[in-house]
Amino acid sequence: MALLEVNDVHAYYGYIHALKGISLTVEKGEIVTLIGGNGAGKTTTLRTISGLLKPRHGSIIFEGEDIAQYRAHQLVAKGISMVPEGRGIFAKLTVLENLEMGAYLRKDKDGIAKDMKRVFELFPRLAERKNQVAGTMSGGEQQMLAIGRALMSRPRLLLMDEPSMGLAPVLVELIFDTIEEINKAGTTVLLVEQNAHMALQIAHRGYVLQTGEIVLSNTAKELQKDPTVQKAYLGIE
Amino acid sequence: MAKTGRIDWRQLIRYGLLAGVAALYVSVIGMVEVFSQRSLITGVLTLGQLLLFSAPVLAGYLAVYKDDESQTAAFSLLKGVITGLFSSLPLIALVLLANAVNLRAMFVNVSPALIDILVFGQGTAVGVLLLLLSGAIWGTLGVIIHLLPDKTRHVVLVGLSWTLGAGMLSELLIQVFRPLFGSGFIRFVFQGGALKLWASIVVFILVTLLDWYWSKRREEVKTKMANLNPTQRRAGMGVGLLILLILPWILGTYLSEVLDNVGLFILMGLGLNIAVGLAGLLDLGYVATFAIGAYVMGLFTSTSSLGVGELNFWIVLPISILAAMTAGFLLALPVLHMRGDYLAITTLGFGEIIRILALSDWLSPIIGGAQGILAIPKPQIGSFVFRGPQEIYYLILAGCILAIFVSSRLNNSRTGRQWMAMREDEDVAAAMGIDTTKSKVLAFTLSAASGGLAGAIFASKLGTIFPHSFNLLISINVLSLIIVGGMGSLPGVVVGAFALVALPELLREFAEYRLLLYGALLIVMMLARPEGLWPSAVRRRELKGTEEEEIEGGEGAPVAVTAD
Repeated sequence: MALLEVNDVHAYYGYIHALKGISLTVEKGEIVTLIGGNGAGKTTTLRTISGLLKPRHGSIIFEGEDIAQYRAHQLVAKGISMVPEGRGIFAKLTVLENLEMGAYLRKDKDGIAKDMKRVFELFPRLAERKNQVAGTMSGGEQQMLAIGRALMSRPRLLLMDEPSMGLAPVLVELIFDTIEEINKAGTTVLLVEQNAHMALQIAHRGYVLQTGEIVLSNTAKELQKDPTVQKAYLGIE
Repeated sequence: MAKTGRIDWRQLIRYGLLAGVAALYVSVIGMVEVFSQRSLITGVLTLGQLLLFSAPVLAGYLAVYKDDESQTAAFSLLKGVITGLFSSLPLIALVLLANAVNLRAMFVNVSPALIDILVFGQGTAVGVLLLLLSGAIWGTLGVIIHLLPDKTRHVVLVGLSWTLGAGMLSELLIQVFRPLFGSGFIRFVFQGGALKLWASIVVFILVTLLDWYWSKRREEVKTKMANLNPTQRRAGMGVGLLILLILPWILGTYLSEVLDNVGLFILMGLGLNIAVGLAGLLDLGYVATFAIGAYVMGLFTSTSSLGVGELNFWIVLPISILAAMTAGFLLALPVLHMRGDYLAITTLGFGEIIRILALSDWLSPIIGGAQGILAIPKPQIGSFVFRGPQEIYYLILAGCILAIFVSSRLNNSRTGRQWMAMREDEDVAAAMGIDTTKSKVLAFTLSAASGGLAGAIFASKLGTIFPHSFNLLISINVLSLIIVGGMGSLPGVVVGAFALVALPELLREFAEYRLLLYGALLIVMMLARPEGLWPSAVRRRELKGTEEEEIEGGEGAPVAVTAD
């Protein structure tokens, strides 16, 4: 049984039919990426899975349970954590306070301290800036914080929305290395990315979205070789 | 700057005329004339004059504010003189125009008395010259203030504000000092409800000396305060409480009444602070909870024909609070999906609905309509009756202490965290596992509680309630005091309530211009001190954090290099 199974999900923004029957699966231990152009429905898919948007039709099965009607905060308790687009950190709180917010639902102090230590090992930069106000950090550091904070709820599935957005190439590489590392430590990752090149390098499998529909799915290696993907998303003629 | 030695006429004229127009404006709307009735320093300065003169002082200060060090003092002073002269022109135009034509047909407030004030009571010709001269002097003063070394300037400004403040509140000081020091002392220091000149000089010197001393010893005192042990701390709080307890008997009836009003607004401020300051839900209809608390109290305790049950105050008090909380809860349900502006408009409507219902003929058989509810008895414990403002004070004080205690506990709790996260970003808060629906409903419900408490006390304090007591202005007042005090800060609410409720009450001249002053004050606050008078730690960090961050950035920078 797959960890996450999305079956024929339709979602709307008002009258706009944003997702026209999305189906995808994420197996335990995988990194799966959704690639596609602007407005293809990548973020909408992620918002629907994370409960911020309710699907009008279709089912979302997580660990055997239909979670389509759950709201975002309930899914955190179920083990799904999201790194929102544009980082979405609490800009006025310090790094430490942000991380504490990430563990909001947990009560095991020892476990929280352990995970905090792990986040700081993953991102030594955050440890140096523990008491800095998050909004005053650089974009890359904010992204690290957003990822670190999502890990604090000890998720079994990590949803990431455009982690490379607006970052310098060096930092993008660092972030993707970390995502791989997180995955190797046992967290399943569903990654939405415009930077298809980077995403396909670390992912096991990928789905290509176009105007609210999945047009292609394959292993990441195959997708990298696919001529349409190369032309449309990898910039290879 | 390349312009050293040359005068930037355009800039000077602009600042001068702007100040002049400001002075013209306050004159024409009648503020100067009304304020001139309050003398600050006997025979020397009235509040109206202070208002007039502060414009050229500010203009002079601004005219040289951006100049660099290389300019000579004499040159800067010259600029002040020029700016000041220009600032007099609009007023001179007004004087001449008022002499030539009757302006009162259009500007009711341009009275002969106002013109007399403007020309220093000396007739047109001499008056115009005096106006020019005073403009030049005040403009120069503005420059002098700028030229002073930073420390001296701070000390002088603090001294000036305290002196002027003491002059302004002379009537209050007389009331407080008379029983303490006797009439002889009052006659010695005050005259005609204002400070005598020598007394104001003494106040100025005393305050400057104290401030100077304080600036030297501040750090020392602060560390000493921080190092107090719990017993000493408790003793300090005990002394503070004792002062609060005997306060109404020192201040007398009138000032206790003022204090009661401030207290009621502190109560409401603390309540609204939960919704606005902590949870970030802009509620413009807060008066509704106040009204509901008051009406429930009135209805169930009144001995008039409208009264139901004639219950005891203490029985109805929790019912009032519960009723207000229920209203807050019910309001929260329809607005769950609204944010920002939409939420503000809806809550505004809610407040008006409650007021209009109270006023309506439909409900008048039950709650009295425009006639209101009469004969609400005073609360009592045993044989002690909370009869006058001095007794009611204790009730309000107890309410405030309770509300402060609850608020501060909430502030530091998981619930407080929850609200803070929601205020910052609802979606992200939900992604942290926070139930935003629950926290919103909780914020509205808890926020309504102290509004209901304030309303209940208000009803039994006055003994009668009318729908027109519950207008939009109360909501605006409460919101303004939170903003002025500092969003989300508990001491800020107290400071804001004193600034916005006590001051207008004590300076009755202000009453007519209260809204104008609120507007002006809010604009000035947003420009000069957006974090509020006594901000909470998070907001201070957000809006005034530059120094702190620069230091941290400095520490972080070399580390960042090695990390790369």
